[in-house]
Amino acid sequence: MSHEHRDDTGARFGMWVFLYTEIILFSGLFLLYSVALSKFPHEFGIASHKLNIYFGAINTLILLLSSLTMAMAITAIQRGKIKQTLLLTSSTIGLALLFLVNKFFEWSAEIGHGIYPGSEHLAAMGPGVTQFFNLYYFTAGLHGFHVIVGATLIGVVTVRVKMGKVTPERYVLLENSALYWHLVDLVWIFVFPLYYLIL
Amino acid sequence: MSESTSRYGGFFTESPRSGFLGWVLSTDHKRIGLLYLGCIVTMFIVGACLGLALRLQLFQSGHSIMSAQTYNATFTVHGVIMIFLFIIPSIPAAFGNLVLPIMIGARDVSFPKVNLLSWYCYIAGAVLAVVAIFSGGGPPDTGWTFYVPFSTQTTTNVNLAVTAAFMLGFSSILTGINFVTTIHRLRCKGMGWGKLPMFVWTLYATAWVQVLATPMLGITLVLIFLERTFGAGLFDVAKGGDPVLYQHMFWIYSHPAVYIMILPAMGVISEIIPVFSRKPLFGYWAMAFSSLAIAFAGSLVWAHHMYTSGMSDMAIMIFSFLTFIVAIPSAIKIFNWVSTLHKGSIQLAPPMLYALSFIFLFAIGGLGGLALGAAAADIHLHDTTFVVGHFHYVMFGGTGFAFFGALHYWLPKFFARMYNHKVATIAWALIFVGFNITYMAMQAVGIQGMPRRYYDYLPQFEPLNMVSTVGSWILAVGLILMFVNLWRGIRNGTPVGINPWAAATLEWTVPSPPPMENFGEEDPIVTRGPYDFKGVVADEP
Repeated sequence: MSHEHRDDTGARFGMWVFLYTEIILFSGLFLLYSVALSKFPHEFGIASHKLNIYFGAINTLILLLSSLTMAMAITAIQRGKIKQTLLLTSSTIGLALLFLVNKFFEWSAEIGHGIYPGSEHLAAMGPGVTQFFNLYYFTAGLHGFHVIVGATLIGVVTVRVKMGKVTPERYVLLENSALYWHLVDLVWIFVFPLYYLIL
Repeated sequence: MSESTSRYGGFFTESPRSGFLGWVLSTDHKRIGLLYLGCIVTMFIVGACLGLALRLQLFQSGHSIMSAQTYNATFTVHGVIMIFLFIIPSIPAAFGNLVLPIMIGARDVSFPKVNLLSWYCYIAGAVLAVVAIFSGGGPPDTGWTFYVPFSTQTTTNVNLAVTAAFMLGFSSILTGINFVTTIHRLRCKGMGWGKLPMFVWTLYATAWVQVLATPMLGITLVLIFLERTFGAGLFDVAKGGDPVLYQHMFWIYSHPAVYIMILPAMGVISEIIPVFSRKPLFGYWAMAFSSLAIAFAGSLVWAHHMYTSGMSDMAIMIFSFLTFIVAIPSAIKIFNWVSTLHKGSIQLAPPMLYALSFIFLFAIGGLGGLALGAAAADIHLHDTTFVVGHFHYVMFGGTGFAFFGALHYWLPKFFARMYNHKVATIAWALIFVGFNITYMAMQAVGIQGMPRRYYDYLPQFEPLNMVSTVGSWILAVGLILMFVNLWRGIRNGTPVGINPWAAATLEWTVPSPPPMENFGEEDPIVTRGPYDFKGVVADEP
């Protein structure tokens, strides 16, 4: 009496709704950012210049490239090229790791300068700069956590492609993890200019 | 009980796994619904005991059964349990899971595994909440709202409590995503949007609020956790933060959350009233769209919790105005229920008693809400027990009574046995009377100026507090009687057929208890409306 239930459109629909919740999650931090920016526009400018723009720019490039490899992975599986799919999803994971390594060095340098949430050195720089770096660490931290989750998810999909569970006929899991990865990319596209560029 | 072995077992007996694992690994929506129901009722009983302890403490002025710190912890844990573990998941997670798929002619929800995951998130949240009470620096004492700076400075176990609330929020989001997708994708043939039972419409509106508002709670709780870990000062004025901002972020979720709590309750009432009036629901589309309107307008009123927190007068006026807007769709619902009753053939069965008292109590609570929404009156009433009374009128008198009504309405479907109606009526009467005594006295003493969250009070407030506490005892007796009666009913009540109430929605056309996958080989095809009672008769017991 078992009725096999398959609804790819429904699965994608559910994923989009879930992505919306992620946007709201980050929006709380952007809300705090906008309030703090209107309170301390000058201090935000000073604090922003303390960030290393090269790290930010390289990470932006890495994430954009990883979104591209993920999108190409979907095209590859649609064409039935399993080997190519595996190569592309693996390179997405590789790029995600590269992003995290880059982030590690960036944060190590900043923490080495005594700039981290709750530090006395940071508090001495005044409330505006403190708020900037608090929000910077929490937003980038939450984003970094999403990079880890996304890379893990893509890792699971890669294994399932290899096992033949995700196939050219049935690849909605790959599509959904790609959607998730694009969201991770999208959030960074807002984080990068807000913290590194426009101030 | 030889009789029960020969009885049809439905989803209780048909399962790929047997025993305990058959329940905790099941992706069947009915089993998950019953898992939720068991946990939720347990949590309600725990929360109710804490509430009774609070009332007992307030029985007399100057006499204490607990210390001030214990009192603070008790009302905090009472709030956290009742809000996050009972009332938010109560109707959507328990009855939504039980009946939503059957009502729309589906075999399960869209994502059955995610559904099970949501239950595990709930359990994780419940376990963390219990651990938070008994470990670390003692139970949290901040009130369920976790307001800063208190929550960032207290030494009690706030970290675990906010993690618990975060997990419960995640569970709520997963249920919301599941229901939105299910209602969009899995309606059976003929089940157009205009044929959806009203309970499905309200679950739909609720699910959107769950999806759109809950992540805001998530990030707020994460920030509390980070604040406590790093001492960063996001909400600390000395470090450039703003405590009022915390209140904004908290209420951006938590005000819409009260509509997560009340909308499904309104759906239950909209199911019960037509069935026991033998009349179609009055104003179907007005009811459907007022649910969406409540969900929408209710998301724009959060700052009415903060009139005294130091907002601009302009903001207060705007939020006060928006608050009054929410009263319009709520009143549409009240009037439509009353119009449904008009010239109906009313049967005062137990579910109907709860539905009728819902209208009465929700109207009182709703009007009290307008008194609080008006900025001028709120300055006087803010942080008095009037607010506590109002909240219990809408949440307990509203959602609580609807939950009890739902228990009396749907349990005979899922257990194929009927409880004792006479005892159910007596229990209802005790609950109704006890409820009104408890919370009306609380509202009255609040208007006189008694502050909330105080563990002792001035002698002039004593008479009404005594009345309120005595009321809580009547309420407790009624609740015990109701739960015992329901328990005896599902264990060895009179066996009933598939449609004891002569209801017209789909869940009453399948066997009792419903089989796995709800419908046989053929998917159902719907040709009649959910409240089209022509030719529908109750089957004889």
